[in-house]
Amino acid sequence: MSQVIARAATEGVPDVRTERGERAVFCGLTSIIWLHRRIQDAFFLVVGSRTCAHLLQSAAGVMIFAEPRFATAILGERDLAGMADCHEELDRVVGELLARRPDIRRLFLVGSCPSEVIKLDLANAAARLQNVHNNRLRISAFSGSGIETTFTQGEDQCLASMVPDLPELESGSQRLMVVGTLADIVEEQFRRHFAQLGIEAVDFFPAARADNLPPVGPGTRLLLAQPYVSDTVAALCKRGAKLIPSLYPLGVQGTLAWFQAAAAEWGMDADSVSQALAIPVARAQKALFRVREHLKDKSIHFLPDSQLELPLARFLRDECDMSLLEVATPYLDQMLMAPELSALGAGVQLVEGSDLDSALARVRASRPDLTVCGMGIANPLEAEGLRTKWSIELIFTPVQGFDQVADLAGLFARPLARERQLEVGSWS
Amino acid sequence: MELTLWTYEGPPHVGAIRIAASMRDVHLVLHAPQGDTYADLLFTMIEREGRRPPVTWTTFQARDLGSSTAEMVIETLQGVCERYHPKVLLVAESCTGELLQDQPGALARGAGLSAPIIPIEMAAYTRKENWGASETLYQLVRGLLAGKARATSEDSSATTEKRRPSVNLIGPTKLGFRCRDDVTEVCRLLERMGVGVNVVAPLGASPHDLLRIPEADANVNLAPEVADLTCDWLRRQFKQPIIQTVPLGWGATRDFIAEVAQVLDLDINPDVVGESRLPWYSRSVDSTYLTGKRVFVFADGTHALAAARMARDEMGFEVVGLGTYSRERARDVRALASEYGLEALITDDYLAVERAVTELQPELVLGTQMERHIAKRLGIPCAVISTPAHVQDYPARYSPQMGFEGCNVIFDTWVHPLIMGLEEHLLTMFRDDFEFNDAAVPSHLGGEGAGAQQPDNVEAIPTVAPGAVAWAVSAEKELRKIPFFVRGKARRNTEHFALEQGLSVIDVETLYEAKAHFSR
Repeated sequence: MSQVIARAATEGVPDVRTERGERAVFCGLTSIIWLHRRIQDAFFLVVGSRTCAHLLQSAAGVMIFAEPRFATAILGERDLAGMADCHEELDRVVGELLARRPDIRRLFLVGSCPSEVIKLDLANAAARLQNVHNNRLRISAFSGSGIETTFTQGEDQCLASMVPDLPELESGSQRLMVVGTLADIVEEQFRRHFAQLGIEAVDFFPAARADNLPPVGPGTRLLLAQPYVSDTVAALCKRGAKLIPSLYPLGVQGTLAWFQAAAAEWGMDADSVSQALAIPVARAQKALFRVREHLKDKSIHFLPDSQLELPLARFLRDECDMSLLEVATPYLDQMLMAPELSALGAGVQLVEGSDLDSALARVRASRPDLTVCGMGIANPLEAEGLRTKWSIELIFTPVQGFDQVADLAGLFARPLARERQLEVGSWS
Repeated sequence: MELTLWTYEGPPHVGAIRIAASMRDVHLVLHAPQGDTYADLLFTMIEREGRRPPVTWTTFQARDLGSSTAEMVIETLQGVCERYHPKVLLVAESCTGELLQDQPGALARGAGLSAPIIPIEMAAYTRKENWGASETLYQLVRGLLAGKARATSEDSSATTEKRRPSVNLIGPTKLGFRCRDDVTEVCRLLERMGVGVNVVAPLGASPHDLLRIPEADANVNLAPEVADLTCDWLRRQFKQPIIQTVPLGWGATRDFIAEVAQVLDLDINPDVVGESRLPWYSRSVDSTYLTGKRVFVFADGTHALAAARMARDEMGFEVVGLGTYSRERARDVRALASEYGLEALITDDYLAVERAVTELQPELVLGTQMERHIAKRLGIPCAVISTPAHVQDYPARYSPQMGFEGCNVIFDTWVHPLIMGLEEHLLTMFRDDFEFNDAAVPSHLGGEGAGAQQPDNVEAIPTVAPGAVAWAVSAEKELRKIPFFVRGKARRNTEHFALEQGLSVIDVETLYEAKAHFSR
């Protein structure tokens, strides 16, 4: 950490270039794919079009779950022409749904592009439905529309919609809230590490059960597990919580800095944290060492997609010795990314937004050893002889924390290892 | 507003992309928000395409609404013309684009672009994917050929005495079911009949190729869901007859040969055109165990109709359920179903299909990716015969569904998930054998199609009103000796029998009385 701060002080932050043009990202509805696995008694009802339903089943790896806890209320011409009252229709559909799934404890009404454009007020609908089903479950609304959210931002909107329901933290106490979905196994590891640091008052948001809502108040300290939770952080801060600025828990350095930042709030200095976590740190470094040789001196280009691009780039450069050709991200939250920007320092090509064809032209010109991109683009680049890593896998894999560092590096090393191993014709 | 868990078809603009992605030198501009670009992955991931579909999206965001979305359309169109130089530029909207009423087609026409424009109205809130594909192909063909006279076939026939007859294959697309191999197989079949293939469209065609469509003697309608409209227009415009039989199955392939011969006035003996192993494989004694196996069929219209005929007439199965999600083929499917003494299931509601399968307890499900899921949940063997399909249904090997080789492929595909003949008998005889019992998977399938490994769903599903009849412990035990693949049916039949007889308790005797009552 101290090393990172030193560089930031001397070298500044990257220049950011903003691009506008064609974008190739999922919309926020995609977040439902992991959120509905994380919050095990929640149901996500998208109010949208056939496109929304089709996106969800295509992005979900096509129907991995026979009866999922998400569905789409498809708007028809009658709804749009005002022949049917959308709110009455929604009440009917929610009634049908709840009759089918008595096990559901929280229902999210999820806004889409069409529902936003026709200005269907889902927050109002959620409040009305809450009155009808008050004793049964909580109902709230958020937008996962493509006109407002990209990919992981759907989770941000979902969490922000739950913030008003969080109970008040009793005054005088201090609790840590880890914000952003983590794999169960990572949550368990993190709980053990916090215990090793003597921090017992830890909540994870979202939790596996919808009823298990963490309290929030002036004693709440926010530690972000994911970098895309801007609106949630704003909503929590309005309720008195304070953000602990930190690198994100990707890589050994990122994870250690993350625990150090949290521990500082509990009066623990950085060296004590390093000592307390010496065993997992050493284990992670040892595991990473073997993978790093495959990545060393290789070049990488990030196309904008998951919003994890900055911390991943920092990890791959600082801990795997890769060289960064370009790091693009769908949008840049200067506040939540400040520590990562400092860590990256000046001299990194950082792009906010997207102009797909010109970005692809740069990839073709520089021919990076590895390109991180969305699923729609990966095979076409592979067919041009360029190795890729599709970024949705980074969201669907436990990659945070010490014991996942080598797995994370392995995700990037595998396409390169495969290229070395295969003896079947050429890629292009 | 319609509650949907899974959908059989995507929105209509995905159909438009299928047409554009099937062709060369065509580009599609879609007025759509960011996020709709997910459609690229259908082609690059599911079908493993090595190129991005030729689609450019305006990807407007909330901040663009009300001010600049129309400008974005024009900028996108101009960029596409400069970068890709398409021979034809298709312009359409996704569902959200349609709500903005920017009218990108009109904008494109007024923008002085270098490429010819064909705008397509998508009707996103009433129509679906196959309609979108059909409409796009039709507008494209009509846009290029309207005003053209019938090709100078009379002149050419005058100069070259024995002109080789030729047909067009209309309908195969990207993301269709086995279209790549079906085209190869049908071309081979026609080649052996001495019939040339003039144009295949849209798969692999350029706009220039479409201009040659009128040169053929007839159009083969290979995918009615996509090609009906276009074939009809070509018939009216150029007097090109339509060859309607889709060569899916042994009988259908022979009917196809006969129809081609009749339309083109050729004297052809189907026996010399080619042969399939299906008739012998089906007649060989090992296949006896297929007789009367209860099969449920649900697919797009074309594949459902073909599969039902094959299942009954060529495999010796009993078709116990038949349906389609293609409403445009509802009439044909209803007619065939009634011929089989069934009521067709016409729905795009996945849950309705699941209810039907649960109720019927078939021994084999022939369906789509969705039915594969239903069957897996219920522990019933399944083969996929139609879109929607997943990445494993776009295989590396040559595996057509059409023509004589298609019959071979289908025979293998349908028989593979089933337990083989003698194995099935032994399971019935020694149900409690500790090593070789019906909780084991078929011996040639490691881990897949694990019928009774699933928790016994059959037991959990009340088939008559709960509490109406009770099972005596002895009868319940006896029921468990019946192999799992017919146990559900036995339970249901026995309960209905007991109700009819006014019995409140089912004992072992009732079980066998019912068996005798229902035996064929």
